[in-house]
Amino acid sequence: MIGKSVPRKESENKVTGTAKYTDDFTTAGLLYAKILTSPHAHANITSIDSTKAEKLPGVRTIITGQDYPILTGSAIEDRPILAIDKIRYFGEPIAIVVADSEYEAQEACKYIDVRYELLPVIHTVHEALAGIKPFIHENLLQYYQVKKMAPNPKQNTANHIKIRKGNIDKGRKLSEVTVNVDVSLPPSDHAAMETRSVRAEIVANGQVHIHSSSQAPFAIKQNICKYFMLNESDVIVHCPLVGGGFGGKAAVQLELLAYVASKAVGGRLVSLTNTREDDFVTSPVHIGMSANVKLGATKTGKFKMCEIKFLFDAGAYVDESSDITTTAATNCTGPYNIDHVWCDSLCVYTNHTYATSFRGYGHGELTFAIERAIDTLANKLQIDSIELRKLNAIKTGDTTPTQAPLTKSNIGNTLKCIQRVKELIDWKQGEIIHLSDRIVRAKGISCLWKTSLSPTDATSGAIITFNQDGSINLHVGLVEIGQGTKTVLAQILAESMKVDISKIHVKMEVDTSVSPNHWKTVASTGIYMVGNAVLDAAENAKKQLKVTASYALRCSPDQLEVGNSQIYVKHDPKRFINLGTAAFGYKYSNGNAIGGEVIGQGSFIMHHLTEIDSHTGKGIGGPEWTVGAQAVEVELDRKTFSYKIKKAISVIDAGKILNPKAARGQVTGAMSMGLSWASREGFIYDDNGKVENNQFRTYKTFIFDEQPEYIVEFISTPQLDAPYGARPLGEHGIIGMPAALANSLSKAAGVSLNQLPLFPETIWKHARGEAIDYK
Amino acid sequence: MITNNFEYHQPFTAAKAIELFQQLDKEGKSPVYFNGGTEIITMLRINAFYNNTQAVINIRNIPECNAIGFQGDHFIIGGSITLAHLEEREEFPLLRKNCGRIADHTSREKITIAGNICGSIMYKEAILPLLLTDATLLIMSELGIREVPIHEIFDNKINLDHGTFIVQIAIKKSYLNLQFVSKKITKIGRIGYPVLTVNGLQTEEKVRFAFSGLCAFPFRSYAIEKILNSVADSFEEKLSAVIKALPAPILDDAHGSSAYREFVLRYLLEESLTKLKVR
Amino acid sequence: MLQSIELTVNHEKRRIYVRPADTLLHTLRENLGLTGAKPGCENGDCGACTVLFDQRPMKSCLVLAMESENHEIITIEGLHQTSIQKAFIDEFAFQCGYCTSGFIMNCYALAAHHPNPDDYQIKNWLQSNICRCTGYEEIKHAITKVLKQQ
Repeated sequence: MIGKSVPRKESENKVTGTAKYTDDFTTAGLLYAKILTSPHAHANITSIDSTKAEKLPGVRTIITGQDYPILTGSAIEDRPILAIDKIRYFGEPIAIVVADSEYEAQEACKYIDVRYELLPVIHTVHEALAGIKPFIHENLLQYYQVKKMAPNPKQNTANHIKIRKGNIDKGRKLSEVTVNVDVSLPPSDHAAMETRSVRAEIVANGQVHIHSSSQAPFAIKQNICKYFMLNESDVIVHCPLVGGGFGGKAAVQLELLAYVASKAVGGRLVSLTNTREDDFVTSPVHIGMSANVKLGATKTGKFKMCEIKFLFDAGAYVDESSDITTTAATNCTGPYNIDHVWCDSLCVYTNHTYATSFRGYGHGELTFAIERAIDTLANKLQIDSIELRKLNAIKTGDTTPTQAPLTKSNIGNTLKCIQRVKELIDWKQGEIIHLSDRIVRAKGISCLWKTSLSPTDATSGAIITFNQDGSINLHVGLVEIGQGTKTVLAQILAESMKVDISKIHVKMEVDTSVSPNHWKTVASTGIYMVGNAVLDAAENAKKQLKVTASYALRCSPDQLEVGNSQIYVKHDPKRFINLGTAAFGYKYSNGNAIGGEVIGQGSFIMHHLTEIDSHTGKGIGGPEWTVGAQAVEVELDRKTFSYKIKKAISVIDAGKILNPKAARGQVTGAMSMGLSWASREGFIYDDNGKVENNQFRTYKTFIFDEQPEYIVEFISTPQLDAPYGARPLGEHGIIGMPAALANSLSKAAGVSLNQLPLFPETIWKHARGEAIDYK
Repeated sequence: MITNNFEYHQPFTAAKAIELFQQLDKEGKSPVYFNGGTEIITMLRINAFYNNTQAVINIRNIPECNAIGFQGDHFIIGGSITLAHLEEREEFPLLRKNCGRIADHTSREKITIAGNICGSIMYKEAILPLLLTDATLLIMSELGIREVPIHEIFDNKINLDHGTFIVQIAIKKSYLNLQFVSKKITKIGRIGYPVLTVNGLQTEEKVRFAFSGLCAFPFRSYAIEKILNSVADSFEEKLSAVIKALPAPILDDAHGSSAYREFVLRYLLEESLTKLKVR
Repeated sequence: MLQSIELTVNHEKRRIYVRPADTLLHTLRENLGLTGAKPGCENGDCGACTVLFDQRPMKSCLVLAMESENHEIITIEGLHQTSIQKAFIDEFAFQCGYCTSGFIMNCYALAAHHPNPDDYQIKNWLQSNICRCTGYEEIKHAITKVLKQQ
């Protein structure tokens, strides 16, 4: 079963429209909530008058921030669930209306009279750092820090991460050539096709039921208990299939609102679903970044030092931004071995929608910075940019910027990936080819690496039960968001139990009251964490099955083997008992019984991770680094600056590939998202901080036939502590795409393109200045 | 979702539609004609437009509005004909090409030509071929159907009298198969609002030009046509004269800065003039 | 305020009460329980709500329920074991599945109206839908496969 392209387990339901997502539910008596959002980006609320709205037909209740003066946040508690006294971003929730129908709730929002006193808008991280009053969070130092932070209210900064590896002065001295590169990218969006949706109900015994399109059901449970002072046993979170996440649904936001909405109407079932516009600007977004990279090397191209400053645009509240700021810093060099590394990474407040995790979690951003610097350095040194990367590629025995040792298991083979990409992109043919007097073909390269930043004690569990027909039920706490992990987990279980994949049933829905805990469905860690738990559960079940079978087959459990839906005697396979029988105990001919139901249990906990030292960054942040190399080939019309992305290549060292077609789909999907992000995605703000592109009509994503030819190959250096040696790969395809696209277009246009997104207009603007000859 | 509660009427004759409109108007219901209605639906949903509407009159199914074909010297297009349908018709290649670039194909299955040219969204690219071919609009009012040259009624937008609607559009046959250019540039990709759409039509006497996305409304300008048809001037001279002769400032918004639109105008005009063999 | 209408959906006649302002998408989902059509944007931009309207692809968020009387509506629930559904599974042409109904309906309509489309026609039709998970490669394989089989 391992290594086969098994179609996803929920396939039939998804092609017939019967697959159910959170909002595919209705029942008589269901109430609807709608959020009134802020039309301004920064303002004091001077008054809210709901009296008119309350009198409208169908309206059950209206809730404002004053009703719930609590602050929330996963790193620092800075965010009210509904704005209190002040609003800090365009689209921020101000009030919730609960009504009998969706349209009545929405209509009533129009009649809530909110008065504002406008404040100057902080548009950029640079403006934020300049510390112009009023600050975005005046009481920043009073906020409760869930994780240790270094806030600086005068600079609108929530955290400052420092990486200090080696001796930077020495590194500077050893550097014969240094480049200094500024890059930036605006906040953008996950834009999952399913907008965030939630339903809440408080039943008579006090139990709270939350149904949510979430990647983090267990985090929802913890949050609701914490903020509303409930017992864990009283909060039950249900997650059906989720219509795309990309990190955006790992944040907890609407769930808190739906809970208070239900509470306000006596616990009745209330539904709250984002409009696309709200999903773009009210719910958290993909982080923006500004960065400066100083990269120093010898004349022969050996990297000696790297000094990086990241300014992450957290928006109005921190949420995951602090950890993204950390992850970018701890992996700031990309997969290159550099002895002397300084990085200062700041998590900065602005009056933008707050950011949360996004596919790649800071790695796509850091990669854009370092890889643009590497191409700039290659140009300055007049060294082939692939050779430069090969010369400095990280490997076993080296250390990361946080001085984490790299072993033959926790890092893959970067060099091999680069070498293969070089062949696939036909580098020999030339990096820049003039196809006509207007059309230039150019190739750009980027390497990538990624680790996950989980709690050092993040856990997963798995439970397996059996049916009398010998088929097996798998129950895990991971959410199926389209990544296909549940199908791959079924393959892992089928392989371990030696049964056909058709015999494995995976429970798609998560129910936190019975599902084993799983940290969050994020960071491409599903196979590693849950897969290990599944293997553990399978071993546990097999052990139990063998004991029961040993009664029936009159031998020691050690002499037995599980396979083909049987438990059989190793040296005489014709002696066997069916799995479906043994799983429910064994009945002797006289009616006596022994054994009992087999329930396999398995668990996993992260091991050997350490906290990051706040002065130097020293520590082991993640279990492994998946490495890879990518390339993009573009054809640019130098007259119009329009371009076509012709080819995109990924070679990723993903260890064992468990499901080839699904793996390719994860990689090409991520590449597509990366190219879409780099070429066209980013919020456009007007002078008042209002988002101008809050619809797909104006926020463009890749569409059919805009995709390039994808070439995806894998290198297979096994991760020794992962199921069958598989490395994480769900996010990785996105990471190098912005850098590779910018590197290729910079060559094609003959100018340094260090700002995303790369619209033809962007390139034209750069080219209009005196173009430097890139190479 | 749409929060407004409105009445829905679906008359099957033009006269009934007019009658309904007058009656609903008298009742203070601010009726609107609905033909395709994509814009009414999407604008109402975000309360951006048509906020006072308490009645919509769907004129989509009025038989005359669904006519298409030749009548005498004219090619007749009913106002309810969808852009997707026009995209598959071969009679008027310029219109066909323009329609094929408005919104996306499935949306064009719903958007009608009358809906596009009478809407509030500023681009209205389907009108450019009509301006270039001096089309005639057949407009229904309480007095019956009136034929109005498009230039008489179009001034940055179609100024229909209150309560009237377009039944048909008539284009002289002699204009249908002239040499043309239709070029559209968006911010990126094939689908989207135009940074610039240029239409050019080669008539016997001169080349005609119309633009969308350049200013805050679509337009055809005789002054610009005069400049572009000049034999004496160089392209650079023509371009700077065109920019001076624009009827309004170049659009400057999130889809494209005015400087960029000017840059796009430069290369699209150059390509268009080359294709139409204007020196 | 509610009005009674009769819709013909997936060859069944259904009499229901709607607000005249309700879209066909809303009505299919809330009144008829046909939740295969998805509200990805309700603005005509994403195609996730695509159904067949008299055999033509139609974004059901751009249609009022009232407009749909006397027309034949087919939703994804009305397709059974068609070659395009099978091809979507075999080619891994979906991940989260949220855009899938709309894509399949559009592909189905394309294959019905243009059995031998050229590349431009395929692009022209399928650019009406957004998929955020795949890189569109598998969707292209699926539609190409079905067209070849025809």
